[in-house]
Amino acid sequence: MTWTWFHKLASPPHFYRIAGRLAPWFGWPAFLLIVVGLYGGLVLAPADYQQGEGFRILYVHAPSAWLSMFVYATMAIAAGIGLVWRIKLAHAVAAAAAPVGAWFAFLALATGSMWGKPMWGTWWVWDARLTSELILLFLYMGFIALRASIDERERADRAGAVLALVGIVNLPIIHYSVYWWNTLHQGSTITKIGKPSITFDMLWPLLAMMFGFTLYFGAVLMTRLRAEVIRRERDASWLRGELA
Amino acid sequence: MNWSGFLAMGGYAAYVWPSFGLTLIVLIHNVWAARRLHESARNEALRRIDSAGSGS
Repeated sequence: MTWTWFHKLASPPHFYRIAGRLAPWFGWPAFLLIVVGLYGGLVLAPADYQQGEGFRILYVHAPSAWLSMFVYATMAIAAGIGLVWRIKLAHAVAAAAAPVGAWFAFLALATGSMWGKPMWGTWWVWDARLTSELILLFLYMGFIALRASIDERERADRAGAVLALVGIVNLPIIHYSVYWWNTLHQGSTITKIGKPSITFDMLWPLLAMMFGFTLYFGAVLMTRLRAEVIRRERDASWLRGELA
Repeated sequence: MNWSGFLAMGGYAAYVWPSFGLTLIVLIHNVWAARRLHESARNEALRRIDSAGSGS
């Protein structure tokens, strides 16, 4: 079997180099997509027939919410792989992803609040979608705090992984909350089955932003992972040659 | 394009611009924080290598 590439990838010195090389390949397309998406969302897309120009908050709110969930899935899957196969690099991925996910959960809540005020007349309401997204933010913070509270790295990795895996039940709750409960929050703009509920003029900037945010996470994750790998390998001999 | 009309955002300026502004701040902050983290990890590792090399 040709699993050698996988073992090679998981070796810290090799990964450190690969991550450094990959970061700009994520970063520059992300930058371009976000710039194009912002222009499309703010200028080219027509105003919404119900929400007027206010609907444009969609272009930063939905990608943030998407990323907050995508990062959590990445983090929990990586933590699970680390737990089952004892791959340290997988735990490093989980640790590196968490702060980024927390920022985007915060951003989803903050931009949602700024959208809710003019449309619903309130900054906040304790409904299922908003509450489950807030729980997502708390899960990230709990994961970060738990890891920080344990000195021994392997124990911190394992404890964090268990928390991350338990918290994954929150992801389908966030996603389906608008269908399962009565809520102020509007339904999905993009549905996987059937046509999206918006015109193409409004849709493409949203897709550009969501794809751009996802690639952006890739770039940030690569850089954070390099830091994480150095910290974990601080006494390894390869660092001497790599950093000098 | 009419600039003042664009900036007014149909009366939603007070909500639209802060949400886009905050998003840009978070995007820039995360890149900056990741780079700083890598830089400080690198510097710390280099210090350890130097002190180990000088026979301490």
